[in-house]
Amino acid sequence: MSIPTFIFDPERFLKSGAGGHGKHLGLSYHAHGPDWAEMAMPYDPRLVGDTDSGVIASGPILSMMDMATSMSVWLKLGGFRAHATLDLRVDYLRPATPGRTVIGRGECYRVTRSIAFIRGQAHDGDPADPLAHVAGTFMAPEGYF
Amino acid sequence: MLPPYAETLGLYVDPDCADGCRLVMPYADGVLGRPGFLHGGAISGLMEMAAIVALQRALAGDGGGRIKPINVTVDFMRGGRDKLTYSTGIVTRLGNRVANVEATAWQDDAAKPIAAARMNYLIVRG
Repeated sequence: MSIPTFIFDPERFLKSGAGGHGKHLGLSYHAHGPDWAEMAMPYDPRLVGDTDSGVIASGPILSMMDMATSMSVWLKLGGFRAHATLDLRVDYLRPATPGRTVIGRGECYRVTRSIAFIRGQAHDGDPADPLAHVAGTFMAPEGYF
Repeated sequence: MLPPYAETLGLYVDPDCADGCRLVMPYADGVLGRPGFLHGGAISGLMEMAAIVALQRALAGDGGGRIKPINVTVDFMRGGRDKLTYSTGIVTRLGNRVANVEATAWQDDAAKPIAAARMNYLIVRG
């Protein structure tokens, strides 16, 4: 069985097209599946939100989860669509451990004609000990299908 | 006073603002998402920093304390374009253990926000 050429490839997408904010934060591809994508964010002193503890700010985690969940929608659909985040909620379950790489996993669990529903978690080594949980929606102005 | 992450976003306190708690984020490659538009994560980061600045100011006049983020909910309303983005945090309620804070981000007109956020923070009193 041949793989259709239009299939969205997150690794290629992040290596080629995505400079900007993701590159600025040091985000990279980690893994993906049929409806999920994972990104990695190595520890970087430039991301610190609390100088005393060295813990990274909450913002970079939100950025990573926004991108990982966005790609999960394209993976579920099998191709790229223009869309924008409608809303995103992040629960910060615990501080990220200074020095550790944060892994963010986004999953698309439902797509309708114009709205995609996503959820995800971030951890720093043990997926059973998450540091953040997210839920949200994306909207495609031209429609997803 | 602003942490390294704020510097990474290029944020500064608006010198034109009398109360000193409005933040500005210049348009730069490091805060861009899709071509020509601000990244939602950078806009959210700006609003979270504006919320923390507002909360620190409120706390300073109320005995002080440490701030821990519990959650944030962000609504994205308009695309962020090639211009300055502003954000101010508003402390809706400052309790003993929890603070409720809101923030919006805008470019041309504060009445037309590009995004809005509400946050809960845990307060650890000294």
